[in-house]
Amino acid sequence: MTLASRLLVGAAAPALAFVAAAVVTSGVLLGSGAAPAEFWKVVLSLPDARQLVSIVNAAAILYLSGLAAAVGFRMNLFNIGVEGQYRVATFVGAVFAGQSLLPGYLNTAATIVVAMAGGAAWAGLAALLKVTRGVSEVISTIMLNAIALSLVAYLLRKVGNREGQVVVTDQIQQSSWVANITLVPGEDTKVYGLALLAVVAGVAYAVVLNRTRFGFDLRATGASESAAVASGVNVKRMVIVSMLLSGAVAGLIGMPEMFGSSHAYGSTIQTGIGFTGIAVALLGRNNPGGIAVGALVFAFLAQQATPLGIEADISPEIIAVTQGVVVLSVVIAYEVVRRYRGRMEQAQVARELGDRQSGEVPV
Amino acid sequence: MSTQLAERTPAAAPDRRRGIGRGTRLWLYALASLLALSAARVATGADDLTSAGTLQAAIIAAIPIALAGLGGLWSERAGVVNIGLEGMMILGTLGAGYYTYYQGVWVGLLGAIMFGAIGGVLHAVATVVFAVDHIVSGVAINIIAAGVAAFMAEVFFADLEGGGPTQSPSLDRPPTLTVPGVSDLSADIAERGWFAVSDLAALVNALTDELSIFTILALLVIFGTGWLLWHTAFGLRLRSCGESPSSAETLGVNVYRYKFLAVTMSGVLAGFGGCYLAVVASSGYANGQTGGRGYIGLAAMIFGNWRPGGLLTGSLLFGFTEGTRLRSGGESVHALLLLVALGLLLLAAWQVYRAHLVSAALSGLIGAGALWWYLATDTVPGDFTEMTPYVTTLLVLALASQRLRMPAADGLPYRRGEAG
Repeated sequence: MTLASRLLVGAAAPALAFVAAAVVTSGVLLGSGAAPAEFWKVVLSLPDARQLVSIVNAAAILYLSGLAAAVGFRMNLFNIGVEGQYRVATFVGAVFAGQSLLPGYLNTAATIVVAMAGGAAWAGLAALLKVTRGVSEVISTIMLNAIALSLVAYLLRKVGNREGQVVVTDQIQQSSWVANITLVPGEDTKVYGLALLAVVAGVAYAVVLNRTRFGFDLRATGASESAAVASGVNVKRMVIVSMLLSGAVAGLIGMPEMFGSSHAYGSTIQTGIGFTGIAVALLGRNNPGGIAVGALVFAFLAQQATPLGIEADISPEIIAVTQGVVVLSVVIAYEVVRRYRGRMEQAQVARELGDRQSGEVPV
Repeated sequence: MSTQLAERTPAAAPDRRRGIGRGTRLWLYALASLLALSAARVATGADDLTSAGTLQAAIIAAIPIALAGLGGLWSERAGVVNIGLEGMMILGTLGAGYYTYYQGVWVGLLGAIMFGAIGGVLHAVATVVFAVDHIVSGVAINIIAAGVAAFMAEVFFADLEGGGPTQSPSLDRPPTLTVPGVSDLSADIAERGWFAVSDLAALVNALTDELSIFTILALLVIFGTGWLLWHTAFGLRLRSCGESPSSAETLGVNVYRYKFLAVTMSGVLAGFGGCYLAVVASSGYANGQTGGRGYIGLAAMIFGNWRPGGLLTGSLLFGFTEGTRLRSGGESVHALLLLVALGLLLLAAWQVYRAHLVSAALSGLIGAGALWWYLATDTVPGDFTEMTPYVTTLLVLALASQRLRMPAADGLPYRRGEAG
């Protein structure tokens, strides 16, 4: 295939998926008696400065969550527990940071390490169960999500302070806060300083995956476990290490917001980021660039949907349908394109062989 | 070839351990758990541990889990892993909420089944027709279903009297069945607090007093599945698709059709489970009502070694922890701690005897921890009682997973004509 047709086929999958998502979303809206045109007018309008900043913030957080899921996905290890790991890690980090054991940014750096360790430890439970007892990580991480929810709620009530309706941990000392970045001059809403963690983590992910022995082993295990074992990869070790890594990245998810605006862990913590991260990773095919696009698209849709209730009298919940259909149709479309490509390549090989052997194809 | 076959036949014969059949062993297990629970009740004074109310709550909690697990069984026996059960269950609760409100209980059940089936067909199209990774498709279906339910609930129920954007008005309940005489008598005996006898009476009472028709229907479906999948040619073909689809193909089985049917059936059953949640376990639809029961159903199925009887046992176990949580949870779960502690310590002793020292140390450690927790406290905080079903799932899977065998081709992609 020529480069042009290759690119065309590659771009076809996401394009198909978005068309499918648009059709399904419009269909659901029509069925509910709402006007799809109104919906698209609001969602596809140009975001204003405040929305733009919110999109960047949300995308950075989703990107970290997507990376956390992708680390496991690359070796067919389904860490569905990013949500639980993120909660445990953020809580542990907030409690540590609130103690002010270290001055200034040392505290910040140490907190990030503690949070990563917390996330890794929670994910490690699932890894241990898989390696020693053969428990599927899909089930165990889902159970650990539910356990994390109750456990953190319990501990928060033990160590936190009641402030009206919510319980929060001790405030982080101001010298450890990370300054926010002005994206649009004159706009009050700013980008979290630690949103840059997303960039760092993305680069690290790309380098580790594509430029190290470990990354090669990881991809090899994902592509064919038996081949990886034959070439000397210790799969059990890989399961533990990649699960710990996945949990450690999940530990980063809560950091931008914690050091940028909330400065504590409260019972109002954002929920569902871990699950959305899985969708983002699937959308981006576990590829660092792809996940970034996926995170931006999801953050864009979520932010643009917020004013739907006021401006078009449509519940913003509809956007979850759009997001879900995008994910499902993207994976289907990739599969279709992969098959199409395979057929094209086979046809091409057959054609070239045919030219050389003048039609005598050995059976 | 034929001699080899003849040699191997005796080894493949079913293993009848010391003359005790599987059915008998199951009854013995049931009797042992009844005695253990009764002993724990008497020893700790946690009277609600095996009261008729707790057992009834346990059954009501167990059925949706069992139905989800049964959905998983159909799908995985045909070789398709179904993480999307949770989403199909959510669709079931929505369908039940809408159709029960307007058309009554039975149409509500059909509506729930239809909504669940839509989820099942979606999963079947993705995994069977397009060979998408099963987990990926399931995760996507869960996202879509949660979104559709949250959106449609607002459309359906926001303007109804007694309803709201996140919940339906309260709905009609399916009819119930009470066996006259037996229910009163058993309630009377259950009140006495006699060892073992009262607990058994409480169980009889839970099964004869206001038993929902849907519970009976669910039990029929579970046993019907056992018969259909293990005693008919249809069942053999369906299971062959999960064990070795290419062999099934060479024998003329239309693997795609069986897989498609099984996954759709999986959605139907999850939808039924959702309906049960909405109209029997609670009084109407509410957002987030399933609370991960689809996943627990999957865990129950794994616990039950991909068999209907086993998955029902697993569901009852999870349902029981849920039931105790609902009825004076702190005290009853506290009593359960003692049982878990002693059970684990016994297991540790057995493992020492069998020279499995590492597992023995692990079970001993957890057992000692549970015992210490039991002795040091009087009640278990609400957050921990909420965790019980999930911790139970993990513990049970960790202890039992070595003896389980899933269908050989479960979760693997299959393309027609790619055999050997």
